[in-house]
Amino acid sequence: MRLNIENATVIYPGISGGPVTEALQQINLTMEDGDFVVTIGASGCGKSTLLNLIAGFLAPTEGRIMLDGAAVEGPGADRSVIFQKHALLPWLNVRDNIEFGLMLQGHVKEDRNKVADRFIKLLGLSGFEDSPVYALSGGMQQRVGIARALTCDPKLLLMDEPLGALDALTREKAQELILRIWHDTGKSVFFITHSVEEALFMGTRLVVMSPRPGRITHEFNLPFSKQFLDGISARSVKASAEFIEIREEVLAIIFSDVEAE
Amino acid sequence: MSNQNKERGKKAQSPIRGLIVRLARERPTRPGEIYGVPGSGDTMILSLATIGILLFVWWLITALGWVKPLFVPSPQSIFIRFLSIWKEGFTGSPLWMHILISAWRVFGAFLLACAIGIPLGLAMGMSTLIRGIFDPPIEFYRPIPPLAYLPLMIIWFGIGETSKILLIFLSVFAPVALGARSGVRSAAIEQIHAAYSFGATRWQVLRHVILPAAMPEILTAMRIGIGFGWTTLVAAEMVAATKGIGYMVLSASQFLQTAVVIMGIVVIAAIAYLFDLLMRLVERKVVPWKGKM
Repeated sequence: MRLNIENATVIYPGISGGPVTEALQQINLTMEDGDFVVTIGASGCGKSTLLNLIAGFLAPTEGRIMLDGAAVEGPGADRSVIFQKHALLPWLNVRDNIEFGLMLQGHVKEDRNKVADRFIKLLGLSGFEDSPVYALSGGMQQRVGIARALTCDPKLLLMDEPLGALDALTREKAQELILRIWHDTGKSVFFITHSVEEALFMGTRLVVMSPRPGRITHEFNLPFSKQFLDGISARSVKASAEFIEIREEVLAIIFSDVEAE
Repeated sequence: MSNQNKERGKKAQSPIRGLIVRLARERPTRPGEIYGVPGSGDTMILSLATIGILLFVWWLITALGWVKPLFVPSPQSIFIRFLSIWKEGFTGSPLWMHILISAWRVFGAFLLACAIGIPLGLAMGMSTLIRGIFDPPIEFYRPIPPLAYLPLMIIWFGIGETSKILLIFLSVFAPVALGARSGVRSAAIEQIHAAYSFGATRWQVLRHVILPAAMPEILTAMRIGIGFGWTTLVAAEMVAATKGIGYMVLSASQFLQTAVVIMGIVVIAAIAYLFDLLMRLVERKVVPWKGKM
């Protein structure tokens, strides 16, 4: 997998003759196989616009998005999206939600079951296969969403604030779960968050964006997810001096953007 | 006398004031209730009591002879009339025949309106082309009372079944189509995007996301639509009908058979209510998730 975003600019037309909005300006970003790229920035900096570009829900005004040498021209099964919420189908039970992508692609029931069983186990959803999704907690709903995204074996997982609606405790557990799955499956992940701590803990690379116009201002390489996967506990990683130092640096960048408003 | 006893004494002196205080005060909730939810609680007993009191008052004013039976016949005379029409029929046809004919007209028109209105409404929601074409005619005729275009129906389609069913069809069609149309907006954009990111086609998104998400609104529209259907029934049976509940009511009124008029009204209400109960049951079976996500 190799993703190249080349000089991507997105300009939204003004509403009823108002001024145009430059949502993204000259974005250049490359992702390699196995990268976990986390994007952070003040609201309005174009994080979600960037994700929508990669997902193919939006076409750039200028520039292009290349995935393995081919231009992205719409959504496709090689890029699965995990949303913050509202993305599960309440008329289907847990199993049918997880099998939804496979069903759309025309796989027969037996094959779907086999694949879904694997991810039901991996995400700790055993015993809830027949539950209606609206009866699950927010954390479990999000695990269903992740399982569903993984079933179609995408090259790239796009996560748009997937843990934003969870409570603090569930959120930390979910971070660890996602890191383990990322490690075990070897997928590439593009991850958006508002939490600096989450961003530093999860990513192998951090992209900091600034608003008006949305652009990439800083990039960091991060060692922390590797430390966690090597066996250091999540809280110890997040409490280390190195972690706190970078955390404050990133917070300072984001706050200076907010104060510039 | 302690202060508390004084309070009690005061309340006992004026029961009406006590009732007002009780209604006006903000009572803390009992365990298991949520404080301040407007209008929460069960109304079953109160509803049954209301029906009982209304029947009693009705019986009382007729039994005491305050109102002539020509204007308000007694409840028991209506029941007796119901039994006699059930046995002997009305204008040569048994009651079940009148009911069956009317039910055929209403439900036939209703099914036809759903079969055409729901797909058309969905198409209007999905496509600017279809919406652009069909929105003006539907919005034009929708607010017109069916009685106003009944003469046109008769001039164009004659006095047979066609004009009757068409009239009811038109009254059901608009609410059902508009309900399906706005139901298209029920699917969250995340649900639609999720389907597309699995490589779904536009047709698959319609079939597997938009249609199921629109079901609650479609079912509500169907309930509203059948209501319009029953409302229009009497108008449809005004001209050249020889059978039907609406016809029965209208012709009974011409002969001042008030008991039959009221009996017909009650029969229509009962059928409509039973069908609404059925629709609620269907709603619980088909969209148990309604309002939960």
